Amino acid sequence: MAENQVEETPALQLGSKAEERVSVASNWQLVWWRFKKNRLALLCMVVLVIFYIIVLIPDFFATQDPEETEARLAFIPAQPIKFFDESGLRLWVPAVMGKRNPVTLRMEWQVDETKKVPVRFFTAGYKYKLFGLVETDLHLIGLTDLKSEDKIYLLGTDRLGRDQWSRMMHGTRTSMTVGLAAVALSVVLGILLGGVSGYFGGWIDLIIQRLIELLQSLPTIPIWLAMTAALPQDWQPEQVFFAITIILAFIGWTTLAREVRGRFLSLREEDFVLAAELAGCSRWRIITRHMVPAFMSHIIATSTLAIPVMIISETSLSYLGLGIRPPAISWGVLLQEAQNIQTIAQAPWLLTPGLFVILAVLAFNLVGDGLRDAADPYGH
Amino acid sequence: MLRFIVQRLLILPVLLILFSMIVFWLVDAPPGDYLTSYISNLAAGGSSIRGEQVEALRKQFGLDEPGYIRYLYWVQRLLQGDLGYSLEYLRPNADLIGERLVLTILLALFAFIITWIVAIPAGIYSATHQNSLLDYVFALLNYVGVATPNFMLALILMWFAFAYFGIGITGLFSPEFEQAPWSVARFIDLLKHIWVPGIVLGIAGTARLMRVMRANLLDELNKPYVVTARAKGMSEWALVIKYPVRLAFNPLVSTIGWYLPQLFSGSLIVATVMNLPNIGPLLLRALIQQDMYLAGSILLIYCLLTILGTLISDILLALLDPRIRMEES
Repeated sequence: MAENQVEETPALQLGSKAEERVSVASNWQLVWWRFKKNRLALLCMVVLVIFYIIVLIPDFFATQDPEETEARLAFIPAQPIKFFDESGLRLWVPAVMGKRNPVTLRMEWQVDETKKVPVRFFTAGYKYKLFGLVETDLHLIGLTDLKSEDKIYLLGTDRLGRDQWSRMMHGTRTSMTVGLAAVALSVVLGILLGGVSGYFGGWIDLIIQRLIELLQSLPTIPIWLAMTAALPQDWQPEQVFFAITIILAFIGWTTLAREVRGRFLSLREEDFVLAAELAGCSRWRIITRHMVPAFMSHIIATSTLAIPVMIISETSLSYLGLGIRPPAISWGVLLQEAQNIQTIAQAPWLLTPGLFVILAVLAFNLVGDGLRDAADPYGH
Repeated sequence: MLRFIVQRLLILPVLLILFSMIVFWLVDAPPGDYLTSYISNLAAGGSSIRGEQVEALRKQFGLDEPGYIRYLYWVQRLLQGDLGYSLEYLRPNADLIGERLVLTILLALFAFIITWIVAIPAGIYSATHQNSLLDYVFALLNYVGVATPNFMLALILMWFAFAYFGIGITGLFSPEFEQAPWSVARFIDLLKHIWVPGIVLGIAGTARLMRVMRANLLDELNKPYVVTARAKGMSEWALVIKYPVRLAFNPLVSTIGWYLPQLFSGSLIVATVMNLPNIGPLLLRALIQQDMYLAGSILLIYCLLTILGTLISDILLALLDPRIRMEES
């Protein structure tokens, strides 16, 4: 509560208590207070938290086994959840009706609004292992009548009759993790090499700077493609996942390293570093206790802004068939189903993973912008 | 100034040698060679090829030599202007790449021009009309523009055009001009088709450029010289265009260095989705088929385009900003 008072009271009337709070607050507290003022960024933070909850337990949000195929049930249109019917608040989805086209002999499905399939939250569905440990069948949403033969396809099905919604949940896990992992790797490399470069200077700095320039003048997308094309065809999905992460980080670290180096160079001249040196601190202590915390918030802001780039890159690579490979599921792999215009015209819901990409990237960008503005608490 | 350009040009061969090594190593890295994938393709098609024939082909293309020998051989031929021979199309790579390269550069430049024509006025408007309705609309478009992967945008546009207007917007030429030699009519046909991929390719850059222009201009608008000019009775329009806009421009020019190369390599994905006769889809196919000399040549061309893009922006920046020239000399 007291925190809110600090923001809402005009600066001139700040109570002595609140003033004291600001002056003794840690860097992190100040960043957080400033960040909180940006409503939009805060909202996006919530979106990201939801995304990462899906990453942790995709099966809970899924309605069906993402790998279950049934050729007869291909290209079923989306059955959106409805919250009301004539009698008031009631959860239901419209049923689908299938007819065999007499000319093409293909099953053609249509949403039938008159037939209602009742659904409810927190109900039983297919069995899965929570975190790979506890077996459970609890799902966020499912059929009210557990014995009925009906199936619900919240976002329709693809050409093999797989449930798009459930596959999206699993794709979220892969795509959001790749982005995060690639950036984490970039941050480690960036801080390490950028720090070494900035702190020691001299010929080490020269070599690392030339290396960064070399990597940055490579044409990113073609080189990524060449690297992913070089991955052996018989690799396991996990191996491919790690390889893609490393490939994405291979060029990603350079931007961060530059930033870290710049900060190191400017901080080296600061009074508080000199003070620490005079007080007899070791080099290691100066770096880890005094210099790194001083620019950590900037690094976090910069890396938050780097994650969406990684997500878009992964999606694009997978879309071209050179990223994450089936049977692994990612947003890009799902979008591969929407390769040609005829398929999209027939089943526009196959584009829905793209909306997730846009939403995730948007959220990361806004949170990143918010963090960057907040990262400099002494700036204003 | 001349010295500065010469300095930059001298680094070029060094970079190219390093890049050629990286590129060769990359295209040579996959296990097997073009012939193994050729044989497995034949086997999948039900036919086969005799052992001796394979050996003869392998010898002919030099696939049996160790890596560094093949590299030196490749570089030697590149220096003679010979891009090698495509193992898949059985045609000289230079023929395959030739026209597609022109279209790649044209598309990137077109996207670049669209970006600047749209972004600069929009950025100026946003800054001078801060917090107006249009400013908010632009801001929203910015965020969505940056967040949409360009292949996704291409897909959505293609879908809309197909579903609501019944037209296909893929390709760069009408069917009758596809194979035709260059002529005025063909160029006009190209202009009719190029704007959709141009917009798709340029949209993220437009959003970014607009944002930077707005921020730069906002910084300048509060400076005392603007107030002075206004106090002297200058018209608002002339004032903004004559002083702060010019100053806000400088940092933008420095971004050309990475933006132009980004357009070259970014067009790869859009070209694949929209079926454009560009070097992108050719590279993709060559990589998948392990047609290594074709893939290597195209990758090297991308590297060259990237370096040239950076060089152009360095020179432009030096022309615009005397401080940089001083620093270098």
